Amino acid sequence: MTAFVIRRLLQAMVVLFVTSVIVFTGVYAIGDPLEILLPADATMAERAQVARSLGLDQPLIVQYGRFLMNALSGNLGTSFVYNRPSISIILDRLPATLELAFSALVLAIIIGIPLGLWSGLRRGSAVDETIMTGSILGFSLPNFWQGMMLIMIFSVYLGWLPSTGRGQTGTILGIETSFATWDGIRHLILPAINLSLAKISLVIRLTRTGVQETMPLDFIKFARARGLSSRRIVTVHVLKNILIPIITVIGVEFGSLIAFAVVTETIFSWPGVGKLIIDSIKVLDRPVVVAYILVVVTMFITINLIVDILYSILDPRIRSKAP
Amino acid sequence: MSALTLRLFGNGILATALNGIFGSLKATIAFFICIVLILAAVFAPWLAPQNPYDLMQIDFFDAKLPPMSESMNGMVYLLGTDTQGRDMLSAMLYGLRTSLGVGLTAGLLALVVGSALGLLAAYAGGRIDALIMRVVDLMLGFPTILIALLILAVLGQGTWKVIMALVLVQWAYFARAARGAALVEVNKDYVEAARCLGLGRGRILFSHLLPNCLPPLMVIGTIQIASAIATEATLSFLGIGLPITEPSLGLLISNGYQVLLAGLYWISVYPGLLLLTLVFVINIVGDRLREVFNPRLAA
Repeated sequence: MTAFVIRRLLQAMVVLFVTSVIVFTGVYAIGDPLEILLPADATMAERAQVARSLGLDQPLIVQYGRFLMNALSGNLGTSFVYNRPSISIILDRLPATLELAFSALVLAIIIGIPLGLWSGLRRGSAVDETIMTGSILGFSLPNFWQGMMLIMIFSVYLGWLPSTGRGQTGTILGIETSFATWDGIRHLILPAINLSLAKISLVIRLTRTGVQETMPLDFIKFARARGLSSRRIVTVHVLKNILIPIITVIGVEFGSLIAFAVVTETIFSWPGVGKLIIDSIKVLDRPVVVAYILVVVTMFITINLIVDILYSILDPRIRSKAP
Repeated sequence: MSALTLRLFGNGILATALNGIFGSLKATIAFFICIVLILAAVFAPWLAPQNPYDLMQIDFFDAKLPPMSESMNGMVYLLGTDTQGRDMLSAMLYGLRTSLGVGLTAGLLALVVGSALGLLAAYAGGRIDALIMRVVDLMLGFPTILIALLILAVLGQGTWKVIMALVLVQWAYFARAARGAALVEVNKDYVEAARCLGLGRGRILFSHLLPNCLPPLMVIGTIQIASAIATEATLSFLGIGLPITEPSLGLLISNGYQVLLAGLYWISVYPGLLLLTLVFVINIVGDRLREVFNPRLAA
């Protein structure tokens, strides 16, 4: 188990290093930040001076070396726009995004699993057909348009829920969160639904496939022969067996929720990292773009690692096979 | 290439696919809507009531008219006009053209690149296989939108840059599918026979292996085209996709977003419905193809 974790950690570091090289060289290639930072009538001397103060006059490899050394000590550069360390800007905004992604994930599970079970157990019925077509609709719906329709219906016409911003936050157990106030929860509902819809479809499909593959197996027949109620068979025996693939995918999808939050945050003006990155790409705020990508990739790798470990806890067969 | 065409038409992969589609009412309807949309996109310049990007034909006094309004010159705007006075229906037809064009180009390019690499991995094995599949795993580990953002942050804007980003995002799906299918095929007798005949690697790969790996590639291809269209729309909505000179459906919706809160619903609702329909019907057809070509599901 320890060897397994160590090997995965090493792999993770290689991925992170490669990403940092690609991102740094790539982001270096876009535009010239001096164009944005300086007024149009700046003199050559002023340009050279600003370039020197930002380290932009050095060769690329020197800039990367400096970047890497700083990154290892937790410094990912200073934002050109906000004039603050980019990592602290990202970390300030990250909780809002995590809260949103977490809510969407919970919605996906509590709506997706029951619908998938229902659909899988009644295969070929009208219910199954409706749920499956609905799930195709769910991931065909362009995320951004779906969010706009939610705003139009629930904010503009019905006036039930607010359409923009995060609302009032409070503290629970020392964490600042929207769950603490009714206003915060009201602001969270629409963005969370918007972000979760595609994932609900995914969980439905996974659950349904799992049920279909598990139902014909011998241990289910045996459970039936023992006279167990179908409720017990489904909730204990079937569910336990289909949980592994679902948990794996959900773990990986949590990362994808953070990435897709870019769209949701743009529509609902949610003050998270997603909105920040789009704004930063548009104004070529390199340090923020690089910091965002590295932070998200690190989170991704961490999540994958946790999923792998969880996986081996849930299924002892995998643990014994692991080197 | 002849073996490929033979396998497609003669040996009946296409026939199986069509039979499968027509075997389901839902898929048949979706397939026909798909055809209609493609035709509408191809013939958009002739179908559209006006050329929405010809400034001579646009009247600013007609801006923000609701659906079914009549213009001063007697023209009826079936779906209303946008903030510039453009006929929405015409703008949508042109947008459909751009969206489909970009989606199809990206999807097909990804199909070619991805399957070539997947086949190569399966056939060559060893180090080449390990290298290609490592990269595939890495790509598939990250969500499409993140990779696309990264690439566009690097490349900047432009139609071909968006297509390139989409291809880079999608090739890995094809590579994985092609490799999976080819690994099953590569040990069969006909490949051995072709090797004994002394045929070149390229010939074995493309005229013997590829035709037999087509079914899964067709399924992935259909779904990835839908995904390419949706991703392009998302990127354009975020303002880092196609340039404003070539407005796709995503950009039209984005324009509507600015005025949605003012109650001008038609500027974003109708292009959105068109985009949804397009992606939805392609996905329905793809889902049906998956059922047809996957014996495990059909059982």
